[in-house]
Amino acid sequence: MYKIVRKRVLNPTVTMMDIDAPLVAAKALAGQFIILRVNDDSERIPLTVAGYDRVKGTVRIIFQVVGESTMSLNDKQEGDFICDFVGPLGRPTETAGIKKVCIVGGGVGCAIALPVAQRFKELGAEVHSIIGFRNKDLVILEDEFKACSDKLTIVTDDGSYGTKGVVTMPLKQDIESGERYDLVMAIGPVIMMKFVVETTRPYNIPTTVSMNPIMIDGTGMCGGCRLTVGGKTKFACVDGPDFNGFEVDFDEAMLRSTMYADFEKREREEYCNLFKKEVR
Amino acid sequence: MAIQPKKHDMPVQDAKQRAKNFNEVALGYTDEIAVAEAARCLNCKNRPCVEGCPVNIRIPDFITKVKHGDFEGAYDIISESSSLPAVCGRVCPQETQCESKCTLGIKFEPVGIGRLERFVADYHNSNFTGETTVPQSNGHRVAVVGSGPSGLACAGDLAKKGYKVTIFEALHLAGGVLVYGIPEFRLPKEIVAKEVDGLRKLGVDVQTNVVIGKTLTVDELFGMGYEAVFIGSGAGLPRFMGIPGESLKGVYSANEFLTRSNLMKAYSGHSKTPIMHAKRVAVVGGGNVAMDAARTALRLGAEKVYIVYRRSMEEIPARREEVEHARDEGIQFEILRNPVEILGYNNPENKRDPANGFVKGIKLIKCELGEPDARGRRRPVEIPDSEYVMDVDCVIMSIGTSPNPLIKNTTEGLVVNSHGGIVVEEATGKTSKEGVYAGGDAVTGAATVILAMGAGKTAARAIDEYISRKNKKGEQAAE
Repeated sequence: MYKIVRKRVLNPTVTMMDIDAPLVAAKALAGQFIILRVNDDSERIPLTVAGYDRVKGTVRIIFQVVGESTMSLNDKQEGDFICDFVGPLGRPTETAGIKKVCIVGGGVGCAIALPVAQRFKELGAEVHSIIGFRNKDLVILEDEFKACSDKLTIVTDDGSYGTKGVVTMPLKQDIESGERYDLVMAIGPVIMMKFVVETTRPYNIPTTVSMNPIMIDGTGMCGGCRLTVGGKTKFACVDGPDFNGFEVDFDEAMLRSTMYADFEKREREEYCNLFKKEVR
Repeated sequence: MAIQPKKHDMPVQDAKQRAKNFNEVALGYTDEIAVAEAARCLNCKNRPCVEGCPVNIRIPDFITKVKHGDFEGAYDIISESSSLPAVCGRVCPQETQCESKCTLGIKFEPVGIGRLERFVADYHNSNFTGETTVPQSNGHRVAVVGSGPSGLACAGDLAKKGYKVTIFEALHLAGGVLVYGIPEFRLPKEIVAKEVDGLRKLGVDVQTNVVIGKTLTVDELFGMGYEAVFIGSGAGLPRFMGIPGESLKGVYSANEFLTRSNLMKAYSGHSKTPIMHAKRVAVVGGGNVAMDAARTALRLGAEKVYIVYRRSMEEIPARREEVEHARDEGIQFEILRNPVEILGYNNPENKRDPANGFVKGIKLIKCELGEPDARGRRRPVEIPDSEYVMDVDCVIMSIGTSPNPLIKNTTEGLVVNSHGGIVVEEATGKTSKEGVYAGGDAVTGAATVILAMGAGKTAARAIDEYISRKNKKGEQAAE
C-alpha cells in the first residue's frame, strides 16, 4: 500500500498528489512514468512522473479526471492509500548536449512537461516554454513554469488568458524570428504533438514527443503500448515514452487510443450514477 | 489380472458447457480412479520414465505409494524433486516427457503419470493439516528476480536450506506466467496462491511492484546485502509478424489478451480492465499460449475461433491435451496457413465512423510442407496465388517473444546471446557475473513450466554451494 501524503486540486479536472514511494523517488528522472492501481479491482494506469522528492521519498503525479480509474483515484484523500505504485518505468528524457530547448506543453501534459523543463534548467540550458490550455480556468502550474523558464508563453484556445490561439503559433513565430533551438520537446494530446512536429519539420529542428498509449504491465511483457516509429514496431514502455517526433505515426496512435472508447464511456457513466445515488 | 490397455479417462467438464465458463476443465481423478491407474504401472526395472522427467521425479516410487493408498507418502516422494506438483501435474507436456518413455506405452497407452501427479498434489493441498516447519536461518540472504516457476522453485529450495530469500516481482501479484498467462480454466489461480503462501510460510519475503533493472538494479541488490541473485525474469516482448494491419484495433499479442483476462480478471465481467468480446477471432500460432488465447476468446463469447498455424497438426507444438480440449470445444484449426495481411474497416464517407480502424478480416496464404529446418521440423512453403480472406473482428498474435531488455541493459558484466537470452553454465545456472545465476525463459526463450522449475532448482543448489564455499574461504582467511 502506498500513502497519499499530499493532495492539491489544480483546476476543476486536474489533481496533484504526492505518493509515498521511496524506492521510486530515489530513481525517478524527468520523462519516466509509473503505473498505479487505485484499488484491488482497478486497472493498471500509467502516469508520467510530475516530480519527485528524493529526501522525503515521495513521487508527484498529476492527472486529469477522465475515466473511472482517475475518478476513483481522485476520490482518495490525503492520508489514504492506493493499492499499487511501481516505477520508475521507461527511459528518462535525453538531455545530453542541449543548450537551448523549447518545451511545448498542452493541457494536463504540462504536468509532465514541467519536470522536463526543470531538468533542462538544472543542467544549465536556456529554456523557453510554451504552454497551452482550452481556457483560463484550466491553466495549471504557471508559477512553476515561470520559475524554470527563461521565456514563458501561455496560450488559450478562447483567448481568456494569455494569447489566443494554439501552441504551434508562438512556436512558429519564435522559430521564424530567429530562435535557434537544439531541441523542441512536445508533451500533450497526440493531436497537439502531431502539429508541433509538422511545425518544426520544415526547419529540421530535432523534436521529441512523449507518447502515452494504452498500457498494462509497463515492463515490456504485453505489447499493448506498441507504436510505429520509423516504420518499426516500438514499445512505449521500454523503448520510450520519448520518441523522435519526425518518425512517429501519430494517426495510428490516435486510432489505437480509442480501442476501448465504448467501455470507458460506460464505466464513466456507471461511476457517475453511483456517485449521484450516494449524494442523494 | 489383465492390464487395462487404456489410461483411465480424466473426468472433464462437458465441452459445450465449459466453452462458456472459466471453471477448470479437467476435474481430477478420484481416490478410486487414482489407485486403479497406479495399478497399471509395471514397476519395471529400468524406470525410463524417470529419465524422461526434466527434474527426475522418482515416478515408479510415488506411483507405488498411490497404489497402496498412501497419498501423503507419494507427495513426499514428488516433493523431493518438484516444487510445484499441483502446477506441473496440470501443465507439463507429459506426452513428450515421462509418459513418452513409459514401458507400458510400447504396447498400450502409457500410465497417466501427469494425472497421478496432479491427484497426489491436490490430495495433499486439501488434506494436509500439519504445520510447516520454518527452517533454522543460516544468516545468508539471496535475492530472486521474478516469481514465476523458476523463481518460486529457486526460492523454495533455498528457504528450505535456511537462506533468507526475497523475491522481487514487477507486477502487483506473485506467480509470473502462472497468473498472467495460463488461464483459470487450465490452472486455477487458487493453486498458484497456495504455492506462494507456502513459500511465505517458509519465511520467503515476496516484494511485489519492484522492477529489477528499473526500481533497483542487480548491483544494488548486492549492495543491500544479498550474497547471490537468481534471475528468473521470464520471456519478454511479444513478437509480431511485421505484416500490414498489425496496429489495427482488435489486434492483440497473446500476452496482452491473456494478461487482460487472467491477471486483470477481465474474464470475470466485473473488472475495470476492458477486453474485447469479439465474435470471430483468429489466433496465429500453434503453441500452448495460442490454445489458451483461443479458448479464452471462446469463453468470452466468440462464435467462431480459428487457430491459424503454418505447419500441419503433426508439428503443432502445443500439449496434445490442450489441442484435444480446444477441438472438443469447437475451436477450428486452419492449418498450413500463414497470415499475409490484417484488413481494417474504413468508411470513406465518414471519418468519424466509430468502426474505423477495427479489424474486419485476415488474409491468409496456403502453405505446404517442404524440407526439414535446422530443428528437424518441416518448413512451411507458401503456395503462390492461394490467398483468401477470412472474416474476423479480432486477431491474436501468439508467435513467441523476444527477451526483455531491462536487466541486460542495467547489469554490467552479464553476457547474453545473440537472441538476448542470458548465457549460463547449464549444470549450475551460473552466469558470466559473479554471484548471479539465471534460469527459465530469461535464459532459454519461451519454454515450459517444468524446465523453468528445474532450472530454478539447479540454480538453488549451485547458489548454496557458492555461498558455502565463499564463506568457508572467508573463515580460512580470517584464521
